[in-house]
Amino acid sequence: MSKLDSKIPEGAIEQKWSKYKSSAALVNPSNKRNLEIIVVGSGLAGASAAASLAELGYKVKVFCFQDSARRAHSIAAQGGINAAKNYQNDGDSIYRLFYDTVKGGDYRAREGNVYRLAEVSNNIIDQCVAQGVPLAREYGGMLSNRSFGGTQVQRTFYASGQTGQQLLLGAYSALQRQIGLGTVDMFTRHEMLEVVKIDDKARGIIARDLVTGKLERHFGHAVLLCTGGYGNVFYLSTNAMGCNATAAWKAHKKGAFFGNPCFTQIHPTCIPVSGDHQSKLTLMSESLRNDGRIWVPKKQNDTRKGNEIPEEERDYYLERRYPAFGNLVPRDVASRAAKERCDEGYGVGTSKMAVFLDFKAAIERFGKVQAKKSNIENPTEAQLKEFGKQVVEEKYGNLFSMYEQITGENPYVVPMRIYPAVHYTMGGLWVDYNLMTTVQGLYCLGEANFSDHGANRLGASALMQGLADGYFVIPYTIGSYLAKEIAVKAIPTTHEAFVAAENEVQSQIDKLFAIKGTKSVDHFHKKLGKIMWEKCGMARNEKGLTEAIQEIRVLRDEFWKDLRVTGKQNEMNPELEKASRVSDFLELGELMCMDALNRSESCGGHFRIESQTPDGEALRKDEEFSYVSAWEYKGNNTYEMHKEDLVFDVVHPSSRSYK
Amino acid sequence: MSTGNMNLTLRIWRQNSGKEQGQLVTYPVKDISPDMSFLEMFDVLNEQLVSKNENPIVFDHDCREGICGMCSMVINGRPHGPKSGITTCQLHMRSFKEGDTIVVEPWRAQAFPVIKDLTVDRSGFERIMAKGGFVSVNTGTAQDANCIPIPKDDADASFNAAACIGCGACVAACKNASAMLFVSAKVSQFALLPQGKIEAVARVKNMVAQMDDEGFGSCTNTGACEAECPKGISLENIARMNREYFVANIKQ
Repeated sequence: MSKLDSKIPEGAIEQKWSKYKSSAALVNPSNKRNLEIIVVGSGLAGASAAASLAELGYKVKVFCFQDSARRAHSIAAQGGINAAKNYQNDGDSIYRLFYDTVKGGDYRAREGNVYRLAEVSNNIIDQCVAQGVPLAREYGGMLSNRSFGGTQVQRTFYASGQTGQQLLLGAYSALQRQIGLGTVDMFTRHEMLEVVKIDDKARGIIARDLVTGKLERHFGHAVLLCTGGYGNVFYLSTNAMGCNATAAWKAHKKGAFFGNPCFTQIHPTCIPVSGDHQSKLTLMSESLRNDGRIWVPKKQNDTRKGNEIPEEERDYYLERRYPAFGNLVPRDVASRAAKERCDEGYGVGTSKMAVFLDFKAAIERFGKVQAKKSNIENPTEAQLKEFGKQVVEEKYGNLFSMYEQITGENPYVVPMRIYPAVHYTMGGLWVDYNLMTTVQGLYCLGEANFSDHGANRLGASALMQGLADGYFVIPYTIGSYLAKEIAVKAIPTTHEAFVAAENEVQSQIDKLFAIKGTKSVDHFHKKLGKIMWEKCGMARNEKGLTEAIQEIRVLRDEFWKDLRVTGKQNEMNPELEKASRVSDFLELGELMCMDALNRSESCGGHFRIESQTPDGEALRKDEEFSYVSAWEYKGNNTYEMHKEDLVFDVVHPSSRSYK
Repeated sequence: MSTGNMNLTLRIWRQNSGKEQGQLVTYPVKDISPDMSFLEMFDVLNEQLVSKNENPIVFDHDCREGICGMCSMVINGRPHGPKSGITTCQLHMRSFKEGDTIVVEPWRAQAFPVIKDLTVDRSGFERIMAKGGFVSVNTGTAQDANCIPIPKDDADASFNAAACIGCGACVAACKNASAMLFVSAKVSQFALLPQGKIEAVARVKNMVAQMDDEGFGSCTNTGACEAECPKGISLENIARMNREYFVANIKQ
């Protein structure tokens, strides 16, 4: 247990970060020029970190597997970004944002980290606006806010339904600027396949050029993994097709502990699966729950269309069960409630695995306000509808057209059908307050680390955390480490550690080609996804998890016996890329199940059927499980769990109630 | 839940590398569901190719929800296919009919050389961005966000320009392979905001110079770019950039 030191600074929670900043070691500008930093991943965390570090004077190399840094999946975040600006005068504060986040995470996050996150949230908004990110505004010219699940204030900044896109383009612009200035070397279409360690410190990576297929060695005094989450272990998720766990997993096998792997967020509002051909799931922003109402028919197996079911035959089950928060309960609560209704036979649509998200009431409400504004005294029904539709269109137009595009149904007329889907992973590489993993000089930022969201992430907090880590945390914390590294000259990549790491990668690739089996990569990935979704998804129990572990082991054996990888190594070969990623998912999936099995409590997104209150809510067991499980790789798919005890000095864990 | 019943003939551009000749190859596909996305239909085809031990078709794609800008197919002669306002990944098979023949090619432009099959090299866009697609503000120097009030209409117009996903459909649609819509959208985003005004002169000159160096063609105002843009980026941006460019040349 001595292996885990979270390095949270001493002192009152409000002072930890400012004290840290004023006492952390510094690196002088002439030394920064000689220090090289590798950043893997170019999403919000990676791009913001790379740009900020280059601005400070470090030599930075950035790697991403897409053809541009701008394509990282942060781009797809829709709803918004939280900050404790209190521009709405509704009682928000840094403390409240901190409190909501700790509570929302079901008391499984570190207080010190979360407070820092809330503290820097305001700087992020300032920074983005200065960069020219066009956030939504009111007519007076000031920034606009909206509310999001799990909170009772309006603290979410947004840019229509494309907030992630605009924030990423801001960070990407800052990164491109540094590339133009020659301080960052950008390697697009490159995938990191191994961490290089010398004398127990991370000193570089092995990457594959995805166009030529060649393996490359790159040195760095420090390595930052900003590689996103591992939701694609479920095959179907809201992640992009290329999202993967490979960088984090390779680092894990090189000594970085994996924190809370079972903490997965199932997002309540996604477009339901339409068939076996499905390759990914599309999210409908949580912001829709601001104005949309979620319901199912009161009658089981009701086959009528949503708009044909009269008001009195509808069960607005979230408003019924959680009157205080209603449709704005946190994601984990909303997801489980939808599953419960569908499991009981109240689901809608052809698959019966969906609930309605309805804008009828919102259209009526907006219509009345709009008619008043336009001084129309007795508006007709049609006028009201038209006015209301206009308002909804302005707020959510792009989401509505996306829905129509995918389903072929018009959501202004027929209520949307939605169902939960895997969206985000709160677990990730274990990091200390400095964002350093258990490997010296190896850092992990953004969704890829485990740190700030506990067992459940609140809406609009992912963008906040990614940018907090990249813009405002790592530029300070990396100095503490690099200040001790200034005497280290760049190590030539002919060093034996680089040679050995490259050989390891090469033999893995050779092994994949050598199988020459009969089944495609997707075949195995889909099978793994099915096991994970059914047994390690929204509800988990001991029996299912034990079975899942066995099934994954069998599947992994089959993979290594019967996989077919077409093509060659030295060419652009997406099948090889996928094979390598799925081989890692097949190991990570097992660890997720082991972690879920160990944690026999329910908390946040992790729901153990054995641990619930009489009315079906998640039942936490603080005496037993108030810790972070950090798994150490012990070789040959064996792991040892270490515990980091969570101490709550400020917010005292209570049972989370949204009623 | 069921597989569908559409039978189609695909004619797809295959090219092993930028150095080799390419050609259209015919592939029949069966039992396609109208609820499939266009790229899911490609998944089905690639699965068939793998089962026959043939090399699957290489194409760029990632988010599959129309925002990352990675997917890039010319379908029956139109970038991103027959429907307006969407990307290739958002196109669904219900837009086609049983028995259709569908021709799929990569973006065609000198400045976007083919890497393999339907994948092209769009790094020219990156180099243009690095010349001026930003506001030069280092992390940590910003004042409070509400100290810069911006009229809602300006903020909205700037957002509309910033909605560009950098896919390159504008270039693929243009008979001159001009990148004016892409570059002007970025120039406009900043030209419309007070934060962007300070560097306006250098920005437009440097970005346009890099655009020309990359070998993108000239703009002859045919408007094909706007018609095919999946994000509805307006031609007004080009007019605005021309104005910015003109002013920049007078000022310097």
